[in-house]
Amino acid sequence: MNAKLANRVATIIITSFAYLIILILAGLLGYILYNGLSVIDWDFVTSPPESLSAGGGIGPQLFNSFYLLILTMLITTPLGLGAGIYLSQYAPKNKLTNGIRTSIEVLSSLPSIVVGLFGLLIFVTYTGWGYSLISGALALAVFNLPLMVRITEEAIETVPKEQIEASLALGISKWKTITHVILPAAIPGILTGTILASGRVFGEAAALLFTAGMSSPALDFTSMDITSSSHPLNPFRPAETLAVHIWKVNTEGLIPDAREVADGASAILVLSVLVFNITARWFGSWIYRRITSHS
Amino acid sequence: MNNNIIECSDVSIYYGPTQAIRNVDITFPKSSVTAFIGPSGCGKSTFLRSLNRMNDLIPNTRVTGEILLDKEDIYSDAIKVDQLRKKVGMVFQKPNPFYKSIYDNIAFAPKYYGKKKKELDEIVESSLRKAALWDEVKDRLHKSAYALSGGQQQRLCIARAIALKPDILLLDEPTASLDPLSTQKIENLVVELKQEYTIIIVTHNLHQAARISDSTAFFYMGNLIEHTETKKMFTKPSQKKTEDYITGRFG
Repeated sequence: MNAKLANRVATIIITSFAYLIILILAGLLGYILYNGLSVIDWDFVTSPPESLSAGGGIGPQLFNSFYLLILTMLITTPLGLGAGIYLSQYAPKNKLTNGIRTSIEVLSSLPSIVVGLFGLLIFVTYTGWGYSLISGALALAVFNLPLMVRITEEAIETVPKEQIEASLALGISKWKTITHVILPAAIPGILTGTILASGRVFGEAAALLFTAGMSSPALDFTSMDITSSSHPLNPFRPAETLAVHIWKVNTEGLIPDAREVADGASAILVLSVLVFNITARWFGSWIYRRITSHS
Repeated sequence: MNNNIIECSDVSIYYGPTQAIRNVDITFPKSSVTAFIGPSGCGKSTFLRSLNRMNDLIPNTRVTGEILLDKEDIYSDAIKVDQLRKKVGMVFQKPNPFYKSIYDNIAFAPKYYGKKKKELDEIVESSLRKAALWDEVKDRLHKSAYALSGGQQQRLCIARAIALKPDILLLDEPTASLDPLSTQKIENLVVELKQEYTIIIVTHNLHQAARISDSTAFFYMGNLIEHTETKKMFTKPSQKKTEDYITGRFG
């Protein structure tokens, strides 16, 4: 076989792999949306689920998913940024640093069900909080931190050394250089990574079964008492998320329309992630413009 | 009368076990342009970077000997590196503006040192004027610095350095990545700027050294072979090595 032919064959093969992946994705998405979209209407998205009869919605679960995502990111982002900045800019090259890196690697390969059971032990039982949003958020933070640290570290490493030199050569302190030169330049990378991490949080079920719980109290959006378990923002109330709900109706749901509810909920889940991605990207470039242009 | 702003005696620089600069004695008079020439790896950039302690960033770097700036040892514990770098500005080989607007590129450091908004406007304008860039950018100060051409970016970096009113400007092959026209503009600028600043420039281009410098220092294998008036260096060098290098016999 001559080189020209070999080149063409190889090109065709790798191109078809790329298209195959797109095809699989399109097939999955198409299947989920085809089955789900017919179920979705305003009532389905806003009303609470039924326990025995058909016609229930997924309102509280949808809200819980978003709220839990926000809580998790509030915990993960500062910790991940801090650790990432430390590892990339301050950590000396020694055994301790290597130990930290290895721990992060190990943490990132823990199965999420193990993280969930750890959460049950520490955040649910030991703290006495019971099944609650805060326990779920903390468990997800454990699950998400390694990714966040690595994302931050990698995004910072891609900032050209010349940028850092330029700042230091002007007599700017290291910390100011980090916050005003390195981080703004790293933000697109950090944000893309955060979106990925968020997608994982949004779709996670196993780590939440025993931490945020498998039930959601009836939410009262007019409630003013944040300590009440019906207040949507009370972080100490149990909160079943969309992904957990899909799992639950499929395994132990008693409602006659379990299949339809699961289809609809899956479609909502996928669409939510899509919407979240797009807004996050837009938000990221907006932040980038704000930090980098005239103050 | 002693007009020297920097006096170096017996300076050696080590990267770990490797010695990059060997026992260099050299002085730099105020408001002059000194060019460092020599083949790649001869230590001229290393030496330049020791003058504002940018070598500190490289792990395991060690400097021995004495570098006095205005009679003060810049490697003594009493010296704050930030303050030193404010006094000794630097421009790098590759233009490296921040990912910020033209205005903010220049205002960033003065703002850090506590200058107010009104002063900043003046600093930005005067720095850009001194760098001969004002007329080209005055209508788009708030546009990204990366919209500028390479030559303009380099002049912006020079403006950024002089915005802090340093005493000394270190230029590390500032025209190596620029086209001839931009190079010429930077060279004219250097000659202009020496009224106010002491300039030390590393260059690979012997013609450039001959055109713009008052004195030239030739480095070879970590040694300072010869440092003398530029005119003399290029007509009657006292060392055989220097003559070989400037006549193109090696390097």
